[in-house]
Amino acid sequence: MNSDKKVISVRNLTKKFGSFTANDDLSFDVYQGEIFGFLGANGAGKTTAMKILCGLSYPTSGEIMVAGLDVYKQREELKRNIGYMSQKFSLYEDLTVFENIRFYAGIYGMSLKDIKLKSDDLLKKLDLVHARNKRIGELPLGWKQKLAFSVAIFHNPEIVFLDEPTGGVDPVTRRQFWDLIYEASRNGITVFVTTHYMDEAEYCNRVSIMVDGRIEALDTPEGLKNKFDAKDMDEVFLRLARKSNYKE
Amino acid sequence: MRTIKFILQKEFLQIFRNKSMLPVIFVMPIIQLCVLVFAATYEMKNTNLFVVDKDLSSHSRELISKFNGSPFFTVKDIDFSINNAEDELLKDDVDAILVFENGFGKLVDKKEPAEVQVLVNAIDASAAGLYNAYILSVIQEYNLQLKAKLQIVGKDNGIHLVQNTYSFLFNPEMKYIPYMLPGILVLLVTVIGLFLSAMNVVREKEIGTIEQINVTPIKKYQFLIGKLIPFLVIGFFELGVGLLLAAFVFKIPILGSVWLIYLVAFVYLLTILGIGLLISTQTDTQQQAMFIAWFFMIIFIMMSGLFTPTDSMPMWGQKLNYLNPVAYFIKIIRMIMLKGSGFMDVAKELGILGVYAVSILGIAVNRYRKVA
Repeated sequence: MNSDKKVISVRNLTKKFGSFTANDDLSFDVYQGEIFGFLGANGAGKTTAMKILCGLSYPTSGEIMVAGLDVYKQREELKRNIGYMSQKFSLYEDLTVFENIRFYAGIYGMSLKDIKLKSDDLLKKLDLVHARNKRIGELPLGWKQKLAFSVAIFHNPEIVFLDEPTGGVDPVTRRQFWDLIYEASRNGITVFVTTHYMDEAEYCNRVSIMVDGRIEALDTPEGLKNKFDAKDMDEVFLRLARKSNYKE
Repeated sequence: MRTIKFILQKEFLQIFRNKSMLPVIFVMPIIQLCVLVFAATYEMKNTNLFVVDKDLSSHSRELISKFNGSPFFTVKDIDFSINNAEDELLKDDVDAILVFENGFGKLVDKKEPAEVQVLVNAIDASAAGLYNAYILSVIQEYNLQLKAKLQIVGKDNGIHLVQNTYSFLFNPEMKYIPYMLPGILVLLVTVIGLFLSAMNVVREKEIGTIEQINVTPIKKYQFLIGKLIPFLVIGFFELGVGLLLAAFVFKIPILGSVWLIYLVAFVYLLTILGIGLLISTQTDTQQQAMFIAWFFMIIFIMMSGLFTPTDSMPMWGQKLNYLNPVAYFIKIIRMIMLKGSGFMDVAKELGILGVYAVSILGIAVNRYRKVA
């Protein structure tokens, strides 16, 4: 599943808002097909870093390559090769399921014929054929989240960025959501996901844990548990988070 | 091009699906046009007059009957006392008082100058000017009749009449509807265009979809063109309905070319929508956008020459008006509709609007940030 090809390469990324340092000298690599968990407490700087990787925000300094493209100079080409699902739900509630898919796929340059074929397959897979012409606003949250993810990878990006994709969703739907993530990963899409559910961290190939704008740990879930002598990721996370609080 | 097509498809779907906005866009302007055109008039139809007649001669009665016969005046009361008249004026029940002193008729009979006093409520200065002018014209007319009568009755007494003849060009009957309607039409197109565009991009910010848009390869100009065209179409539609109403309901002849009106409207709407989109990209909530749009709207309209002639504004106001797109369009549309002006007659103003449109759209595209 994992290859040696780096799809994200970050060296010394720093982002400052005035005197506040949101991201402090981050360096890490993400490999093709990997599910990379980006963990941290609220306000640790996860979303800030993710927005920089997506080309939504300028870094203050650092060398950052995403999908082999420079986030400073090749921003627009970069956007063709990534998908993004933000914390805020971002499909249009007043448009139907199909109209949303058609709009987003259309602006990535897919042909109408491809859009129709692929959306039929997708809706069959999600068991949402009956909802094709329903407005998004009428659907339950779990369905919306799965659709938002499917729309984010509809144009077959190299990498998909998910910012707390399962917030407010029940455990069963979360499990189904992760099935979709695994499937995307099997198809070669690299998944970069932020979360604060520690059980979800266990599903990742590797996780990094951010505390106060810095990466405090980065390894496989097994590796981290061994290193911190913890029985689960929850314990790992609490130890690291506590460590930061003592420093303050 | 394909990208713009997909954006347009989405925008039109959203506009026509918004059941509460549809009547606002399509019905309200028509109602406003009909109401405003009849209501916003300077025409004096019901000037209430109080006559104080201390003379009670046949001459004073004859002049009073002239006022009674005029469609513009209602003689509310005739009394001996100026006090009663002033009370009525204070209560705002009458607009003007006409006073005949005792001996008015005798002076007329003796062919000596006789005086009539006119007292006008001048709280509304422009209305007062009109009352005064109307009253004077009635008296003037009476004067001429009197002189003519005296000339026939008496011998040649050396009265030579110099008579003014008027000819009011382009609006010979001095009607207000042909003058007001084009301006009000501009107003409606402006309100709809400015508010819809100002609220649009910021709405996507509020619901969070803008972030999803910004992470796609949509180019800034594609996004803004996709936002602009639907409102341009709506503006054209409303202008068309307004012109049809003007021609068939209000029976205003449209002397110039409708195509020319549309050409000007195109350039004008680009300017207004550009201002709206600029507001939208610079604000974070629809509420902010609304207040800023309203701020500009009030200034544009009050200084546009719709209600007061721009020529009588102070110099700094007239200079400020070089930046007022509404003033240009009102001037041009009146010229085209009432005078039948052609392309060359309006070329200068159209050119200025063109420069305005290009600059404001340039700024809007530039200020819209896909990256924070």
